[in-house]
Amino acid sequence: MNWDWLGRNSDRIVDLFVQHAWLAAAATLVGLVVALPLGAVAFRYRWTYPPLTTLAGLLYTIPSLALFVVLPGILGTRILDPVNVVIALTVYTVALLVRVVADALASVPEAVRQSATAMGYRPVRSLVTVQFPLAVPVIGAGLRVAAVSNVSLVSVAALLGVEQLGSLFTEGFQLNFFTPIAAGILLSLLLAVLFDVVIVLATRLSTPWARAVPSR
Amino acid sequence: MISFSAVSKVYPDGTTAVHDLSLEIPAGRITVFVGPSGCGKTTSLRMINRMIEPTSGVITIDGTDTRQIDAPQLRRGIGYVIQNAGLFPHRTVADNIATVPVLQGVTRREARRRATELLERVGLPTSMARRYPAQLSGGQQQRVGVARALAADPPVMLMDEPFSAVDPVVREQLQTEFLRLQEELGKTIVFVTHDIDEAVRLGDRIAVFATGGHLAQYAVPADVLRRPADDFVAGFVGRDRGYRALSFAGATGLPVQREPTVRMGAAAPQGPGGGEHRWALVVDDDGRPRGWLDRDALSPGDPIGLQHLRLGGSLAAPGYSLRTALDAALSSPSGRGVAVDDAGVAIGTITLADVVAAIEATDRTALADPAGDDAGAWSPPVLAKGAERTVPAGDRGVPR
Repeated sequence: MNWDWLGRNSDRIVDLFVQHAWLAAAATLVGLVVALPLGAVAFRYRWTYPPLTTLAGLLYTIPSLALFVVLPGILGTRILDPVNVVIALTVYTVALLVRVVADALASVPEAVRQSATAMGYRPVRSLVTVQFPLAVPVIGAGLRVAAVSNVSLVSVAALLGVEQLGSLFTEGFQLNFFTPIAAGILLSLLLAVLFDVVIVLATRLSTPWARAVPSR
Repeated sequence: MISFSAVSKVYPDGTTAVHDLSLEIPAGRITVFVGPSGCGKTTSLRMINRMIEPTSGVITIDGTDTRQIDAPQLRRGIGYVIQNAGLFPHRTVADNIATVPVLQGVTRREARRRATELLERVGLPTSMARRYPAQLSGGQQQRVGVARALAADPPVMLMDEPFSAVDPVVREQLQTEFLRLQEELGKTIVFVTHDIDEAVRLGDRIAVFATGGHLAQYAVPADVLRRPADDFVAGFVGRDRGYRALSFAGATGLPVQREPTVRMGAAAPQGPGGGEHRWALVVDDDGRPRGWLDRDALSPGDPIGLQHLRLGGSLAAPGYSLRTALDAALSSPSGRGVAVDDAGVAIGTITLADVVAAIEATDRTALADPAGDDAGAWSPPVLAKGAERTVPAGDRGVPR
């Protein structure tokens, strides 16, 4: 490890870290927001479940580099625009989460869903205030996978010149210099752990009922 | 009043869940839909609040066709208690109870305040308001389910096997309290069960459903037991129906004998044991029966402990029927059934011989119509007798 180099480049490394975190977080959140209604549709109308989840699976097989390169052509954005990266990763997140959300909703007991209807809930309100809250533990577990996968996928965008921790890898390889590569790997790991912890905490905070145990 | 006229439910695969159902459910009474599984009783219940839409026919509540009311609005005006309570696991007990008022636009604060009152009403401590359903026993959850259904004070309540998932002891408690609550509230209740005993105990009227979604008989409980409309009903009410019919025979005039009692912890009584003196009734400090002491198994002078007692045995509480009296006598090792007052204090015993004499003295043609026996030789038309008759809730001779 060349500590000197690290010291001299610390400002830039922090910038890259923040940029990396932002790209991965934005894709994860937008992906979740898009996947919730799609998953609800796949659950509510059972016939849409096979095509939606198959389509999602197919999307996930598109190589990320190909997607990064093709998207500007489709969206009309500039090739270096970070929005391309966010959208590409959002596609992957949605692909992962549609099935998760549909399965999470299926994990809500039928009796609870029925009693929401019997109490006079309209479908959307039942979904938002009864079914989604109860699906949080399962959705949270899927979200952890998506978030960590996004942290690792973001670095591929370095090949396009979108600056983030992946840039340290390309530079390291070009200069045959190990220090930036090691720093990039460690910081990516740190970020992945950070995301994971945040999601686990958010899941716990939003499900106090899941830890309620018989008190007698 | 809820009225079904020519209501059928046929599923796309051709299964008929309910076939041409016509019946009128009186306001302010408990009407029980009973029958084996797959007979359409739950489907019929759910058609009332449009959880299931009929294929044909009309359901009206107080003269209004339910199809003219927006379904969620209709449901908010009808209490619903589901099997296993169906509480929302992510909401506290208070918020569960507050569900419908909040949907109707009552502020959460006000709805929670009322929820606390309702907790007391269904016999739960208000300290439970902040707990989650998972922290309650099955019986407690069921009570919360009833409180939730009552929260918006709906005139109509639908109850789908609400007590079937709890153990027999808790079930009986819940049934007793349910009847007490209904006496105060006078709701129009439709109650689904597969248990004929529960139907007889709770129903002001019973609708017996047969396989294929046919209504086999609709009458007051005593008529269903005494005069089953057809072989199906006769088979469904079962072999014990002569015994069950005793539920409707009051036991007034049955002599209650004086019974010496000993207190828990006191010394076992002296004097001759054996024969009718072999068993001594043991009561607690308040005079409530605890069990029977076998005097042959304990030396005189030894203190009486719980381990010496033969526990259990049913008690005949005020207003008891011949069925209760008979059961009390049969379930007692001494052959003497314990009668108690309203406070549960032992007032004496009823002998098996006296109960049998009382049964022999009753007009058994009224208890079990000889023509309506298992031979099924005579079947009155469906909705005969009793169809226009209602029995006041308090006059059924069923102990409450």
